[in-house]
Amino acid sequence: MRFRIYRYDPEKDAKPYLQDFDVALDPHDRMLLDALVRLKAVDDTVAFRRSCREGVCGSDAMNINGKNGLACVTNLKTLTEPVVLKPLPGLPVIRDLIVDMSQFFKQYHSIKPYLVNDTPPPEKERLQSPEEREELDGLYECILCACCSTACPSFWWNPDKFVGPAGLLQAYRFIADSRDLATNERLDNLEDPYRLFRCHSIMNCVDVCPKGLNPTLQIGRIKEVMLKRAV
Amino acid sequence: MSLPVRKFDAIIVGAGGAGMRASLQLAEAGLSVAVLTKVFPTRSHTVAAQGGIGASLGNMSEDNWLWHMYDTIKGSDWLGDQDAIEYMCKIAPKVVYELEHFGMPFDRNPDGTIYQRPFGGHSANFGEKAVQRACAAADRTGHALVHTLYQRNVRARTQFFVEWMALDLVRDADGEVLGVVALEMETGEVMVLQAKATLFATGGAGRIFAASTNAFINTGDGLGMAARAGIPLEDMEMWQFHPTGVHGAGVLITEGVRGEGGILLNCNGERFMERYAPNLKDLASRDVVSRSMDQEIKEGRGCGPEKDHVLLKLDHLGPDVIIKRLPSIREIAIKFANVDPIREPIPVVPTIHYQMGGIPTNVNGQVVAPKGGSPNEVVPGFYAVGECACVSVHGANRLGTNSLLDIVVFGRAAGDFIVAQNLKAQAHRPLPRDAADRALARLARLDGAKSGERVPDVANALRKEMQAHCGVYRNQELLSEGVRKVMELDERSKRVAISDHSRTFNTARVEALELDNLMETAKATIVSAEARRESRGAQARSDYPSRDDVNWLKHTLWYSEGNRLDYKPVNLKPLTVDSFPPKARTY
Repeated sequence: MRFRIYRYDPEKDAKPYLQDFDVALDPHDRMLLDALVRLKAVDDTVAFRRSCREGVCGSDAMNINGKNGLACVTNLKTLTEPVVLKPLPGLPVIRDLIVDMSQFFKQYHSIKPYLVNDTPPPEKERLQSPEEREELDGLYECILCACCSTACPSFWWNPDKFVGPAGLLQAYRFIADSRDLATNERLDNLEDPYRLFRCHSIMNCVDVCPKGLNPTLQIGRIKEVMLKRAV
Repeated sequence: MSLPVRKFDAIIVGAGGAGMRASLQLAEAGLSVAVLTKVFPTRSHTVAAQGGIGASLGNMSEDNWLWHMYDTIKGSDWLGDQDAIEYMCKIAPKVVYELEHFGMPFDRNPDGTIYQRPFGGHSANFGEKAVQRACAAADRTGHALVHTLYQRNVRARTQFFVEWMALDLVRDADGEVLGVVALEMETGEVMVLQAKATLFATGGAGRIFAASTNAFINTGDGLGMAARAGIPLEDMEMWQFHPTGVHGAGVLITEGVRGEGGILLNCNGERFMERYAPNLKDLASRDVVSRSMDQEIKEGRGCGPEKDHVLLKLDHLGPDVIIKRLPSIREIAIKFANVDPIREPIPVVPTIHYQMGGIPTNVNGQVVAPKGGSPNEVVPGFYAVGECACVSVHGANRLGTNSLLDIVVFGRAAGDFIVAQNLKAQAHRPLPRDAADRALARLARLDGAKSGERVPDVANALRKEMQAHCGVYRNQELLSEGVRKVMELDERSKRVAISDHSRTFNTARVEALELDNLMETAKATIVSAEARRESRGAQARSDYPSRDDVNWLKHTLWYSEGNRLDYKPVNLKPLTVDSFPPKARTY
């Protein structure tokens, strides 16, 4: 199978280039990651991140034939050749398919991604009804792979000012949690021309999320809560 | 010494559940703590745990920590230390409530309490009937747990060193551990990180086997570092085969599927576990279910054209339960097995999953080793928790849900113990002149090797031999041959070469360094297995089919130097309650 892979090693390459590889696959190779691991056994200089190989850790996000996705859950049969692999768009490239995710995590951290509830905890669990808990479905499952934020034109333009779909999804995860008492502070933190409102519902995030989540919908819900607070 | 040195009160290596539960205690107590991790914290393998965390909350029906303790001891086939097991089971409800208070999104019952599901080997009233003890967040409990702990560490402003690989321990002439030598992957820079307390939470090493549920990163780095520094590894022959790995892919299918009512079928459509474990059936202990499956396949009742797997049927649970309680399982089955479990069964085989053994510790997480006639002398400055450690709560076989419990209980306990040491008031001991020599020699050899075998070739050969010689059923002939082959591979591993010599994010170098750790773990495993001539828990010897409490109710200790073995007694004495003496183990 033919692959065309983005190569860049700052120590020897003046600029990035695409390199073609023909990889002899085994009949058991199923996912794109299987092919990459096979390629690396032949040419160990090809650099990419990977870990769980089942779509739950979020390490091996990359741009696959023009669309962001996880290599470990991308079936080889769905890919047309040559399979063009590039690093996630919009983030600085460290080497080959490995990007510097600092900006992405900085935005995640900026939404205070932790439960805020300073009332003394009960001896047992804080009670939450099944319906209240259901509000967290479609939110807490995020794996922070960055497929969504790096597919978002608004994030490309303003990665320092726009929180991006992944961070906003998590912002709503805490707003939606019946146990969290900081909704007002969370909304204040997003109320500015960029942090939330740079989302123009382009929906690239929804298109690429490997977990089937819908950040655009949840961003809309934040805007709704904000509107309700204003009136 | 020419390497840069950075000093901290404490260093934690590994940022999965165990490392981050410990770092939380340290950071909240105001200590300067550095958490080193090969991958961004939420990518640690804790994230892949599915079914639940065990605690006798009693939310579904009556439960009792003593029953949990009994189940754990019985599950361990009496190789677990009863002091550690009592500590873990007794404190389990408290640590689960803490996780809930941290924001962990557990599933809920109509009354608002945490939802709990049945799991293998967990029973009410000392084995009488199955009990619902596994606190679950759908089938993503590990994901929910590791993200919650990361979030809580963000709040506590814990200092993470992301994509740093620890290479070797620093020990002085008195044997005190003073930190680690570490490699920053992005820049290739090597540094000494010095500390008054060094805690390993590096996880397991399932990648020594060919068919494993484990992530690529699970290469036994902590075990390799400890072994090279002269510290023994305990009970390394005890490796758990999870009954339900996806056939051909190895990806885990949680025991929670059987907890929710799923059943295993052979090619005749027979629910064969009824024959092997009449009481708990499909929810017997994992070693029992894996051996039963292996037996069915060996006797020609496997499924598929090769008759090499069995089927996990769950369509009778109905789409509502599957979509609500087991959504990720459905996703995995569709992606990795081409079946939608709402309609069709999932092809499964026993698959390497968990290492019960590890670096020997006590309940404070302090690493212990034999010295001067005592089997459990503390190694000063050194701690280990989670899968890389052997405290030992799992003995010869771990119960499902006890791994997530283990990491938070002992991560927390070690954190509290280190905080109580008042490290701020202590000075750093002087670094020995040769502190970094071992790590630097390993790097220099790799950088200097112009030709040699490729790393993946040796690593894959190792996995193949371990799979062939150290499987579900073992015997003397297989194991002796396995030891020989692994020792040959150990020699080959010293002659590998890499073609990538860049300093920038050199993943080939990382994999070569990981190979050293895989080798130490594999040697420990097969040498310990070859020597233990009995069947206990996960060590199933077809040539020694019975448990032998007279000769083998003891922990194995393997030393890398001289490839030698030692043994120490099992602690059958709990902290406060009566001992559970060994008895026959049936489900």
